[in-house]
Amino acid sequence: MKIAVCIKRVPVMEVKFAITADGSRVDETGLKYDVNDFDLWAIEAGLQLKEKNNNVGEVVAISLGPDAAQETIRKALAMGADRGILLKADSASGDGLSIARALAAELKDGGYDLVLMGRIAIDSMNQMTGPMVAELLDLPCVTNVFRLEITGNTGRAERALEGASEVVEFPLPALLTIDDGLNKERLPSLKGIMAAKKKPLDVKPAQLGEAQVKVTNMALPPERAAGRILGDSSAAVPELVKLLQTEAKVL
Amino acid sequence: MANVLVFAETRGGELRKVALEAVTAAQVLAAQSGGGDVHVVLAGAEGIASKADSLAMHGADTVLLLENAGFTQYNPEALAATIAVRLKGGDYGFALFSATAQGRDLSPRVAAKLGVGLVPDLTGFRVENGAVVGEHPQNNGKVVATLSLSGNPAILQVRPAAFQPAPHPKSTVVEALVAAVDPMASRVKVVELKQGSGDKIDLNDAPVIVAGGRGLKAAENFKLCEDLADAFGNAAVGATRAVTDEGWRPHTDQIGQTGRNVSPNLYIAVGISGAIQHLAGMRTSKTIVAINKDKDAPIFKIADYGIVGDVFEVMPALTAAVKAAKAQG
Repeated sequence: MKIAVCIKRVPVMEVKFAITADGSRVDETGLKYDVNDFDLWAIEAGLQLKEKNNNVGEVVAISLGPDAAQETIRKALAMGADRGILLKADSASGDGLSIARALAAELKDGGYDLVLMGRIAIDSMNQMTGPMVAELLDLPCVTNVFRLEITGNTGRAERALEGASEVVEFPLPALLTIDDGLNKERLPSLKGIMAAKKKPLDVKPAQLGEAQVKVTNMALPPERAAGRILGDSSAAVPELVKLLQTEAKVL
Repeated sequence: MANVLVFAETRGGELRKVALEAVTAAQVLAAQSGGGDVHVVLAGAEGIASKADSLAMHGADTVLLLENAGFTQYNPEALAATIAVRLKGGDYGFALFSATAQGRDLSPRVAAKLGVGLVPDLTGFRVENGAVVGEHPQNNGKVVATLSLSGNPAILQVRPAAFQPAPHPKSTVVEALVAAVDPMASRVKVVELKQGSGDKIDLNDAPVIVAGGRGLKAAENFKLCEDLADAFGNAAVGATRAVTDEGWRPHTDQIGQTGRNVSPNLYIAVGISGAIQHLAGMRTSKTIVAINKDKDAPIFKIADYGIVGDVFEVMPALTAAVKAAKAQG
């Protein structure tokens, strides 16, 4: 079974973000980066499928990003992926379709049985790359997968909706986007980290094309004003209910 | 002047509230771009036509009816093909979808088929020189990007609850839409829809959300949240990732970075400390109430009203008080 996992280098979110003086982008000073959470679960899903298949096959980690995204790929290799491909792009374009086209160009003749990626990248929050790539490659596509069974050339997945879910059947080859809840990613072992250094990592330019969606401004959202503590027990409930009725007007 | 095509989302043969929000948003978009018509795609099994009235009440000039057993369940391949053909053949400036699990699955397929751009998950928008310009939260909602797209058509998604459905009755034309491909021949087949428990309102539709965290200590204690939700009558119950990881609540109830984004009128956080991953999914709620025994819990920094107390003592009293307030009307 040949599996491609598309992964993204994203900022670690536990920081206060700043915007550059010209308001055009996030100030990267001091930011740390890691693999997008959802992509870690996609890597884990790929590794588990290969393991279930008696380790026959290959898991290829593909990332589109700057040179530094080689670290992102090395992490996937340390977890157990067999080789990596960096589609190098220096500009941080947020245009989903051009990213999807570059990924599709790489995946097209790869002979993959499955293409996996996270449901959403937590930096751009675009959540469109998967179904776009699937469409460009004419692959069956299931998004938001949190349960998955592959039997031979067919798959059965459960996809998360808001407070509900759908059970979906599909043939392989296919593209799936992975949601939280499917698995817990493994930590790279020391042996895995050492082995990753020797695994092949191919670097080539991303064929991005022209972006149609333009970013015209970046800003920080307005701060929420600090609220009021009404009390320390049920004695505060009458006042809370009164405020919900008269001030917030939500009751 | 440009017409707007909207996809009206259904679940289990019922219109979702987000469908009416999308029609309202499309009405705004059409007006801003010089007064085009709003065309609404309504797909489902036989009988779905009965939902056209509700779309007409909210500003649909034309309902494009795709009434076919092949659309009983969500059928992304046949819908994307049919919508793409319609957009190609008609005079459309924009196509509008809800930024939901369904809309975020379907609209990228349509955009890729047409080779046009897609602006995702907008909290607001305007039309400038024919381009749609709108705000899209990024980096866990800690940054807001303004995105611009002019396309032919430009495809956009609006975030649930960013627009409230507004009455705008029209004398609507219902036009049968022919599926561009055989809907029974789709490779991807939804074989079962698992609705949440019974008649529960879902997280995007509910104007009130009562969400529980680890402070509730056990799955059975979510009854406190359910009781309060029942007292409101229009509330859904949500949970933090810690809770869904424990298996106390289903995965699909999760609110936050790895779950759903919600912005109800009222969000009541019960025993939730307020990790940034959770705040990312609910910080745009209009009014936030927090009940937590830890006065230093981060949730109090964004809550409008807080009670620093024991959820097991406060919740029954709050439920009783809400019931009493509702009874008074």
